[in-house]
Amino acid sequence: MVRFDHVGLQYESGGRSGPEVLHDLTFSVPEGGFRWLIGHSGAGKSSLLRLMYLAARPSRGKLTVLGTDIGAAERRALPRLRRRIGVVFQDFRLLPHLSAFDNVALPLRIGGRPEGQIRADVQEMLRWVGLAPKAEVLPAEMSGGEQQRVAIARAVVGRPSLLLADEPTGNLDDAQAARLMQLLRELNRLGTTVIVATHNDFLVDRHPAPALLLDHGRLIGDA
Amino acid sequence: MREPRPLRRARFDDLGLRRALSDRMLPFMVAAMAFLAALALAGSLAAASLARHWQEGAAAALTVQVPRPKAPAETHDGTRQDRVLLLIQGTPGIAEARALNDDELAELLRPWLGSGVERLSLPLPAVIDVRLTASGPDLAALTARLAAVAPGTQVESHGIWLRRLSALARSLQACAALALLVVAAVAASVVAVATRAGLAARRQSIEIVHGLGATDGYIAGRFARRATGSAALGGALGAIAAMPVLLALAHLARPFAGLQPGSDPGYDTTSLLGALPGALWLLLPALPAGAALIGFLTAQGTVRRWLRRLP
Repeated sequence: MVRFDHVGLQYESGGRSGPEVLHDLTFSVPEGGFRWLIGHSGAGKSSLLRLMYLAARPSRGKLTVLGTDIGAAERRALPRLRRRIGVVFQDFRLLPHLSAFDNVALPLRIGGRPEGQIRADVQEMLRWVGLAPKAEVLPAEMSGGEQQRVAIARAVVGRPSLLLADEPTGNLDDAQAARLMQLLRELNRLGTTVIVATHNDFLVDRHPAPALLLDHGRLIGDA
Repeated sequence: MREPRPLRRARFDDLGLRRALSDRMLPFMVAAMAFLAALALAGSLAAASLARHWQEGAAAALTVQVPRPKAPAETHDGTRQDRVLLLIQGTPGIAEARALNDDELAELLRPWLGSGVERLSLPLPAVIDVRLTASGPDLAALTARLAAVAPGTQVESHGIWLRRLSALARSLQACAALALLVVAAVAASVVAVATRAGLAARRQSIEIVHGLGATDGYIAGRFARRATGSAALGGALGAIAAMPVLLALAHLARPFAGLQPGSDPGYDTTSLLGALPGALWLLLPALPAGAALIGFLTAQGTVRRWLRRLP
């Protein structure tokens, strides 16, 4: 499902390689698995997620996501793979000029689904996250929690095989955070592989699951 | 109460390009390019049609001057004029040969000598107007034979002027083609600059859509659709703006194409539209199409090149 084999990551800027931010990572997450991704700020959680949602390619080592060797794959093979990966970003990354409905519909439209099916799926998804009455509202007119739920609906509307979340409870109160965790566990039970990056210890304690522990770009725990 | 959501949304603007200000000026800049392109096209066509007209009128013509036309010929009986005329008429490659009568000669000389030519009793040469067939005669041989019959006879071919005129027309057409190329290159640059400004302004949206699995073709298609529309609109505006100018030029050019004011009942504003060469009526609508093609190709190329920076 997701397999890291001695993977390192260096960012490039202006054609020159910067320092390595991830060092020699080796681990795997099986299909249908759930992992916490834990570490302090700057430990490399976001970089690790970027590798998994194909926003960066490994500088060394071998990374396999959903059966594809990311380092060796052709660039044009990646869009189809990205459509099988749902991502919930810390800063939501909603398109500000699109309504909640259109934001959630975006992955389906990019995938070329028929408009009738899109409407049914998006409405169902908005009901699931409790935002059906706000379908036509723009992100700027919503609270942080509501925007977070739109982002979650967008991440899962395409029934992804892999769901990645970066600090998904950061903008939510405790009740909303508990509800989000319930959604994520439900998806996981339905077969989606879920990896959630957080530094909310309380959340991890409440929902015990295997965790990947990162520190200074190195994996120091996988249990 | 909100409007019920339509089932199929004709133009889903996920990148927010309709809100981007960067390409608002694009149709007007392309219109200016199309205007210049229309003038260049018209110039090229006009040069070609004038050259053709002159060629048809003068390609197959000779003027033969016979001094002392009434004097006896050197080698045969009869006057020099009669013998020259007979000789020309009997030469292969001649369609028609006719000596100008006194009135026609006077008319020919009037600009230089005034209206009383016949009273001046100048020793005028005979002038023979010769029309050639398509193949034409061997001019050097004809000149030699005429000189033998009537020494001093001059044969003036219009060919040299025609060659100069067609060289001029070809040069004008080459200049017009060059102008069209430059205009197309500038139009492509204008579209590229507007597209790059659009990319910079929508960078975050593009990255989000790219991250959700959009292909380069999907994103480039959004920009190309918009650039194509703007450029086509600009091309149409430019072609329409060029119309009055082209009509005025065609009006001015009519006398050179053999039509005189008053000599032709169609020569007035009612037939002004007919004054434009037929080819121009085909090429003017091609301007929006050409502009649209430039817009499409430039936007596609610019966006696809830009997207290569994303993984």
